[in-house]
Amino acid sequence: MKTIYILWLRQIKRYLRSKSRIVGSLVQPMLFLVALGFGLGPVFQKAGQGNYVEFLVPGIIGMGIIFTSIFSGMEIIWDRQFGFLKETLVAPVTRLNIMVGRTLGGATVATSQGIIILLMSLVVGFRLSNWLLAIPAVVIMFLTAFLFTALGTAIASKIDDMQGFQLIVNFLIMPLFFLSGALFPLNNLPKSISIIANLDPLTYGIDALRYFLAGAGANHFGVGIDIVVLTSVTLLFLGVGSYLFNKIQI
Amino acid sequence: MNIIEVKNLSKSFSDFKAVEDISFSVAKGEIFAFLGPNGAGKSTTIKMLTTLSKPTSGEITLNGFNPVKNADAVRHSFGIVFQDPSLDDELTAYENMEFHGVLYGVPKVLRRQRIEELMKFVELWDRKNSLVKEFSGGMKRRLEIARGLLHHPKILFLDEPTLGLDPQTRNHMWNYLSELNKTEGITVFFTTHYMEEADKIAQRIAIIDHGKIIALGTSAELKAKTGKATLEEAFLSLTGKVIREEEAGPLDMLRMGRRMWRGGGRK
Ligand SMILES: Nc1ncnc2c1ncn2[C@@H]1O[C@H](COP(=O)(O)OP(=O)(O)OP(=O)(O)O)[C@@H](O)[C@H]1O
Ligand SMILES: [Mg+2]
Repeated sequence: MKTIYILWLRQIKRYLRSKSRIVGSLVQPMLFLVALGFGLGPVFQKAGQGNYVEFLVPGIIGMGIIFTSIFSGMEIIWDRQFGFLKETLVAPVTRLNIMVGRTLGGATVATSQGIIILLMSLVVGFRLSNWLLAIPAVVIMFLTAFLFTALGTAIASKIDDMQGFQLIVNFLIMPLFFLSGALFPLNNLPKSISIIANLDPLTYGIDALRYFLAGAGANHFGVGIDIVVLTSVTLLFLGVGSYLFNKIQI
Repeated sequence: MNIIEVKNLSKSFSDFKAVEDISFSVAKGEIFAFLGPNGAGKSTTIKMLTTLSKPTSGEITLNGFNPVKNADAVRHSFGIVFQDPSLDDELTAYENMEFHGVLYGVPKVLRRQRIEELMKFVELWDRKNSLVKEFSGGMKRRLEIARGLLHHPKILFLDEPTLGLDPQTRNHMWNYLSELNKTEGITVFFTTHYMEEADKIAQRIAIIDHGKIIALGTSAELKAKTGKATLEEAFLSLTGKVIREEEAGPLDMLRMGRRMWRGGGRK
């Protein structure tokens, strides 16, 4: 337990110390929110889909979370390059505990980014459907963040250079974000996009956030299904991640 | 009783044999030096002993356990100071120590007390709250050594621990280690390029070259065997005078390049 805590704490401390990273990962989502939210808002409204900012905010929170959490998971690449990974790998702590500690840390970091984005959207005019439901929304944020941190860890266990990292950003995070329901409603989509969106775990995270933040009417799959999918995929990624992490050799 | 048993151990990287069929054992409480020119296979051997890399073939028993089959039990048995950097630059010196102490389950009171004692010992106590990235190379090295001594394992691996340290600190460190060896019976397995260190402190010395052990014995035995007066001369007569980088293959060049690109850091 203490070992998980110290691994968690390390991730938090590193996060709090890199001010540029905090700011950097907030600017992009806010830019999306303001540009798309206000830019496309009138069109969205005319198409009879309601208030776009309200629709978009959960998607933008999902964006902040997926970027931050996959990056946190992939910090293993840095640890490997700077040599610190060896220190954790020879410690008398099971690899599963190391993996869980790190992943909880990364997920906490990504969740706080999500909360900050939520607070900032309140400033630009977003209104919560019900203040109390912000609490389960944070739980969903954490679950989504945990899922993607585990994914980042799993991938980083197989990669040992920075080029690999760039590939992941371009060929994994970007598609996962753009093809989830973050920016557009999931109904009436062309078949192929709809299939991809249905396979993207981020879709379910954002869908559940919509339920709690924008109201039941904004939810597509049903919040129960969202949570079941998120939980099972999280467990799957955690399992795969620990397996791959276990096989790292220096 | 032997705390380390190695039988016919080999490690290949694609078709390059970094370690080839080596066998040796280290007795409990012994101070054992593992010497050899650059690229001889010392660090590769240590990585296999410490569960960081899997042998291509051969058997290892460490404190009675097999590092491949029973990695967790093996990890409970040793501590290590790596040849390459292994600190978290974004944490303070104290936080690095604390992290290590908690991972190794050193109880809080003892941990706090030892951290203070060791950080004073390596003269970093007044810098305890500085981020490691602000440290000089030698300061980082001292911190790594202090960290390696924080929990008292059965076996301590030291891969070129004195690399980049001034003579004062080196002396200081070896005295501390001898003391620890005597009072707690800790087995010490170390590598170094300073022959006088091995001569002074090691009870037995193995010399490895091109992945093979070419001599093993006490310093006196090695000197007698080669008919030389000092360990340095004995070492040179056993391993030859060729500088290793000159005969480095393309793979070594690649690694060298990566090493430089990483600013001296190496996995
Ligand atoms: N991951 C790796 N991939 C390919 N070759 C490797 C790898 N690790 C080590 N080698 C090669 O194995 C050989 C032994 O390396 P090792 O690091 O064990 O040497 P060493 O005895 O510790 O040398 P030094 O005194 O320079 O530290 C070298 O030729 C090295 O290039
Ligand atoms: Mg070495």
